[in-house]
Amino acid sequence: MYNAKYIIPGIIFFLALAFVPVVYNMGHQFEVTPELPKDQKDCVLPTQEMRDKHMQLLNEWRNEAVRDGNRIFVNAKGQKYVKSLTNTCMSCHPDKAKFCDRCHNTVGVAPYCWDCHNLTPDQKSPIPPVAQAAAGGH
Amino acid sequence: MAAFYSFLAVLALIVIPWLGVGMGMGALFGIVLPYIAIIIFMVGFTMRIVDWAKSPVPFCIPTTGGQQKSLPWIKNSPWDNPYDKKGVFMRMVLEVLCFRSLFRNTSVKLQQEGPKVGYSSEKSLWLFALIFHYCFLLILVRHLRFFMAPVPYPVHIAEFMDSILQIGLPVMYQSDVLILVGLGFLLARRVFDGKVRYISLMQDYFPLLLLLGIVVTGVWMRYVVKVDVIAVKELAMGIVTLHPHMPKAAIDPSVYAHLTLVCALFIYFPFSKLMHMGGVFLSPTRVVPNMSRRAMWVNPWNDPSIKPHSYAAYEDDFREKMIEAGLPVDKKA
Repeated sequence: MYNAKYIIPGIIFFLALAFVPVVYNMGHQFEVTPELPKDQKDCVLPTQEMRDKHMQLLNEWRNEAVRDGNRIFVNAKGQKYVKSLTNTCMSCHPDKAKFCDRCHNTVGVAPYCWDCHNLTPDQKSPIPPVAQAAAGGH
Repeated sequence: MAAFYSFLAVLALIVIPWLGVGMGMGALFGIVLPYIAIIIFMVGFTMRIVDWAKSPVPFCIPTTGGQQKSLPWIKNSPWDNPYDKKGVFMRMVLEVLCFRSLFRNTSVKLQQEGPKVGYSSEKSLWLFALIFHYCFLLILVRHLRFFMAPVPYPVHIAEFMDSILQIGLPVMYQSDVLILVGLGFLLARRVFDGKVRYISLMQDYFPLLLLLGIVVTGVWMRYVVKVDVIAVKELAMGIVTLHPHMPKAAIDPSVYAHLTLVCALFIYFPFSKLMHMGGVFLSPTRVVPNMSRRAMWVNPWNDPSIKPHSYAAYEDDFREKMIEAGLPVDKKA
């Protein structure tokens, strides 16, 4: 083999790159457990649908509530919910850090919900919308 | 026809896992195939490089795209016509990162006024090739979010920059759009330019369509069906932690189609033109410095038992016969 002093380190470097994830994850147990509410069984939509498409639903809610003033969501079972992340979603899933962030951080997603919904991770109760309106917010 | 067969092959690589998973063969496409693919890729890649490294380079054959270093008052171009290792290094860096030789592309056209040949600059191949390759790299880096836990900071940065326009939800990646533009151009060039079509074979169309298939299934998963990303990461993490297992939640069949196409790419890679990834570092026209006049290049094929034979020695061997035939000789007697 010619030029072995360049080619062998080159090949080793290239193959080592492929093993970066293997070494990086070595000894770690991969587990994702978002904390589910204990007193509630059903979400606004079936679980699998929420897992896959909750961002789409929240986006629609945001647009309909803010732009059209349409604040009532009716699901397939005919149950009515207020279209609100802070008051509806977070009344069952109160802790962002134990629910939202568990999955989002795992797959490196940084949703911009929290640019406006400025919740501290340990917030116990949802922000009442009335108080916000009185303070001049929306 | 070559394009059509390539298209059918890629279509089969989508349909087979799609149906296979429906018949309960998820573990085959999700676990067994990726391991086979990565082993074939690594072994095949290494063997191909070693095979090239074993081939001797009989001549000093650099591409000389600029003025050679000669007399001190003639300005030379050390990157286009390198005369030492430093120059070669710069040439390789620019070649690998900027595709400098594609930037030099020209097109030949007959002038309209008469039979006059005109050469004009042709940058489209360079531009779209560059777009495609950088998008592909960025997408590869972004995919590390499925293979590493916790997600490393550089991957977050790549993700943030790539979706900075915040269009739609899930947010659109600019690289997803640009890679389609790049691949679309590279394919259209082969299909619609008669001169390129004439020299295009199945091994040109297949990788392009395979990559397009990967991108399209990827876009489909993210923007249309919105697959369960946590389950996908569970599957991916099982593979890289060497404890493969199928995730608890069901995964959409399009994920398996995407994965199978990627595995097909890895398996096909060492046997294909895609080996230009490693081959660019072993191309003599790029990595050899142009010093054919200042350093002796010994052909590694040369048999060491054959000694140099000068003209003087040749004349000594044949002097009588040459004089007899009336040929001029340096030494008479």
